[in-house]
Amino acid sequence: METKTLVLGVIGSDVHAVGNKILEIAFREAGFNVVNLGVLVSQKEFVEAALETNADAIMVSSLYGHAEIDVRGLRDLLIEAGIGDILMYIGGYLVVGSQEWSEVEEKFKKLGFDRVYPPSTLPQDVIPTLRADLGL
Amino acid sequence: MERKFVLIDIGSTFTKVTAVDLAAAEIVARASAPTTPTDVSVGLRMGLEALVLPEEQIAVSRKLACSSAAGGLRMVAIGLVEDLTVKAAKQAALGAGARVLRTYSFQLTEEDRHEIIELQPDIILLAGGTDGGNTVNILHNAKVLASLPEPVPIVIAGNRSVSAEVKGLFPQSFSTYVAPNVMPQIGKLVVEPAREVIRQVFMEKIVYAKGLNKAARYIEGIFMPTPAAVLRAGRLLSEGTRTTAGWGDLMVVDVGGATTDVHSFGSGEPSKAGVVLRGLPEPHAKRTVEGDLGVRVSILSLLEAVGTAVVAEELGWTEEEVLAWAERLSAQPELLPGNEREEELDAALARQAVRFGVGRHVGRLSELFTPSGLIWVQDGKDLSEVKTVIGTGGVVVNSRRPEQILSGAAGTENAPFELRPKEPQYLVDRLYIMAPMGLLAEEYPEEAFALLTNVLESKSL
Repeated sequence: METKTLVLGVIGSDVHAVGNKILEIAFREAGFNVVNLGVLVSQKEFVEAALETNADAIMVSSLYGHAEIDVRGLRDLLIEAGIGDILMYIGGYLVVGSQEWSEVEEKFKKLGFDRVYPPSTLPQDVIPTLRADLGL
Repeated sequence: MERKFVLIDIGSTFTKVTAVDLAAAEIVARASAPTTPTDVSVGLRMGLEALVLPEEQIAVSRKLACSSAAGGLRMVAIGLVEDLTVKAAKQAALGAGARVLRTYSFQLTEEDRHEIIELQPDIILLAGGTDGGNTVNILHNAKVLASLPEPVPIVIAGNRSVSAEVKGLFPQSFSTYVAPNVMPQIGKLVVEPAREVIRQVFMEKIVYAKGLNKAARYIEGIFMPTPAAVLRAGRLLSEGTRTTAGWGDLMVVDVGGATTDVHSFGSGEPSKAGVVLRGLPEPHAKRTVEGDLGVRVSILSLLEAVGTAVVAEELGWTEEEVLAWAERLSAQPELLPGNEREEELDAALARQAVRFGVGRHVGRLSELFTPSGLIWVQDGKDLSEVKTVIGTGGVVVNSRRPEQILSGAAGTENAPFELRPKEPQYLVDRLYIMAPMGLLAEEYPEEAFALLTNVLESKSL
């Protein structure tokens, strides 16, 4: 089976490192090639890592409520870099306060994400969808 | 008998020869002669003749050389993304002792191809893509390079999945070499193997291409570009040998007429607790070359970087006086300071070259305000705990104020975010021993280390 490459990281000024490690291990055990950029990752770093590694998907985490500001324009940068159709997921504590999940999901889909996951989503809930999206 | 060596540095202006006796662990004679560019063997023979040594002893000595004559090793480095494989390729070339004429990112264009033809590089380092990563870019660039009218040696150090395919795109007339990827994974820098391949190509091909092989009947061989030898010596001092502990983290600064070279040896990890390291890892042995910071050919660009007013104020000159002297130096690079005042200016400019060169080499701290409070982020190497800065090259060595020049390396209160050495000691390579010992270090690291330590730490020279 062909190995798919995922670029993984926590975007913005966010330093939550534990979940990032858990995701790395889970995706790796599921058979993916994981390029983990760690915490404090800028949009530029996501784009550049995806370019060099010829990645199949970008997995963005955000756990401090500022995701909307941090990810705005990321899809445009990818389009600009010539990899605009790359699969992109986001998950975590994306917004502050108690907003309706369907609205949050809608907002992040408009920002260019293919899948949006609420807090406390487990890796095993995501992996089958990811496999299907990547045609595995 | 074979423990006697004559080590030769064929520089762009002077050919320096150093005779050492390994059994006695001492330098027995030194001499220099002007480099003769059309046939370097003439200057070399003059240098050897100037050695105050019995001819038989010279005859039985092994003779090893490094060279920065004929423009040094001129390279072009190519990768995919500027901050990733391009940066890695540039570091590999610099670490091999090359002058990096230009770097290219993404796909080479027709204009780029023409520019490369104009630049006439000695070697092209072709990288791009992590292992298993992007292949389109390096394949495209290989096709462009394969159509160069004159063959250039190509070192391929990109995505290993297509290394063989990339090699296959070049016609027979090109010499191509495959090295391990300079960036096999994001965040992992592997520059040593590519450096070694470049050095091999230099030894086997470039020395002939530049006519440096005319010196061959006098010597065993020209084994590396001079900056690579200096890097080797610095590394030996820092790391020590199998039996002797090294000096630990250190820096070497070489101010020249055209460029300023800065080498650092050390991990560069944060020295303070709680600092988050960001960006690509940097090589343990890192070399940077600043093409706009020099005190002769590049003096006008140096003044531009520093600000003429800054230099004028430091010396109590008018800006016009500083500029006038600088313009003279730039037009006549062989000019030496004629009086105390001009000497002061020379030293002040060299100190600024060190200040800016080191400033660009070292890492930086920045504050980042996050919802969980203020955090410190470090980009590049933290060299604040470096205890030793060694000055080499004619400008530092011949100055009567070498420590003043080297003091430009240290941190200042004005720039607390630059991770420069805080309170280093300054040592001067008064006998031009760095490059020769780098040559010797390949085979005799113990002896080279002992000689380096003796000479650099001696106060009586």
